Amino acid sequence: MLLKRTIPVAIAFVVGLWFAIQYYVPTSFSERSLTWASNWAKILLGFAYILGLYSLVHVHWQKIRRGQPGYGYSLLVYVGLVGTLVLGLSGEVQTLVDIATGKAHHFADFQAYSTHDKPIPNFSSGFDWVYNYVFYPASATMFSILAFFIASAAYRTFRARTIEAAFLLIAAIIVMFGRVPIAAAVHRAIPDVADWIMANPNMAVKRAILIGISLGTIATSLRIIFGIERAYLGGD
Amino acid sequence: MDTQAQGDTTTTRGDRIFYVVLTLLFVGLSAWSLSGETGHRFTAPDGTVSWLPVGRGPAWETLGVLVAAGLTLALYSFLYKDNPFFKAAEHIYVGVGLGYSLVIAWFQYIKAELYFPLVKYWVRDGVQGQPDYLLIVPLVLGLFLLARFIRPLQWLSRWSFAFIIGFGSGVAIPNIIHANVLQQMQSSMAAIEFGNVWLAANALCALLGVVSVLVYFYFSVEHKGAIGVVSKIGIWFLMISFGASFGYTVMGRMALFVGRVQWLIEEWLRIPLSS
Repeated sequence: MLLKRTIPVAIAFVVGLWFAIQYYVPTSFSERSLTWASNWAKILLGFAYILGLYSLVHVHWQKIRRGQPGYGYSLLVYVGLVGTLVLGLSGEVQTLVDIATGKAHHFADFQAYSTHDKPIPNFSSGFDWVYNYVFYPASATMFSILAFFIASAAYRTFRARTIEAAFLLIAAIIVMFGRVPIAAAVHRAIPDVADWIMANPNMAVKRAILIGISLGTIATSLRIIFGIERAYLGGD
Repeated sequence: MDTQAQGDTTTTRGDRIFYVVLTLLFVGLSAWSLSGETGHRFTAPDGTVSWLPVGRGPAWETLGVLVAAGLTLALYSFLYKDNPFFKAAEHIYVGVGLGYSLVIAWFQYIKAELYFPLVKYWVRDGVQGQPDYLLIVPLVLGLFLLARFIRPLQWLSRWSFAFIIGFGSGVAIPNIIHANVLQQMQSSMAAIEFGNVWLAANALCALLGVVSVLVYFYFSVEHKGAIGVVSKIGIWFLMISFGASFGYTVMGRMALFVGRVQWLIEEWLRIPLSS
């Protein structure tokens, strides 16, 4: 009980309270402590990625092991993952081998970053290739596909049945139309109206929602610090 | 997408025709673009792009363009319906995305923040300087995080989570009060300039929007009388904002789509769109 519940709650209390107060006590020690903790959080984030890796690998391994329908696609996840890791970390493996054997190896010299600890100017590594020709195009395409689904959903659901729905519809049409060059050709005020909607009513609502979310976040943070909210500890 | 993927597994004759046409389209257009005199795409160290005859230039960039074009077409094929091309591209993307994040996490978080200042001194000989022993704390907490894989020691990961959650909560309180509450309230109230009617009207509009939306979300009093009127105005503001956000999002995604199509035409098919 002490190790499993009391100490974690105490850690959250001490760390949370310290960093809530630290902002208002700007001594050199408190500022250094913020720098330390920020770096520590980054390191923990790095370790957390390993948990994510395990989760994805485990899910797809179960599909492959059981021969579930579509398990071939899970193999493609492995191809993408292993390929990217090999290209990105082969230099690190080379460095490890160099340290272990005491001799310099060159099997990963095509990777600029890791073998030399810093990027070489104008050197395009295999990892860059994966980013430029696989990751970036796929990301941009995935996000752009959503334009069609959002537009299609809007076409089916947008109906100006009430005055509120009419406001929503008109604002959406003005902002969409105001963002294309032909709008200024139709009437030069349309892009200005679209900009005005974004900069005034829209910004006011975003501001109000941000204030509401922030008050909720502060309340939740206080509940965590004082041990009222313990969902992060999980079960038992 | 998952629901559709699981529920729609039959392949019709129309689907097969679509797969064949898509494959032929990709192979045919790729062959056509490669058959030109321009050859391989080559980016010089100074950033200038040139085309070298096939067999004389580095083939990696050409291969990359073909891979990217294939992935783009495969992902857009989802607009017809869920299909094997889309699923294959989607799964490759998931694997590459995680691999990319892991490599970045290694270089930016673990290597930069832990290996160089601490571990390097242990594993390499003759390194100048002093190790930062304070980093043993996050190293231990990181190992505790990995204890989730060992059932009897799973509870150790709670200490790491407690640190992350406590730190995040503690840092959030003053920063959010300052940036998201006080500064937003100040900007809402202090910007009214009565010397300029247009600016004053805009500032009053923003103030009315902030107040009315906050009143709409205040559920501790019944929305009747004056409160009801203000909250009704808040709903109008919310609807305008939702519409504007929707339009803005659609146009943002459209810009991405236009960018992809432009890329396909210029880089894959090598048809210059601008001089």
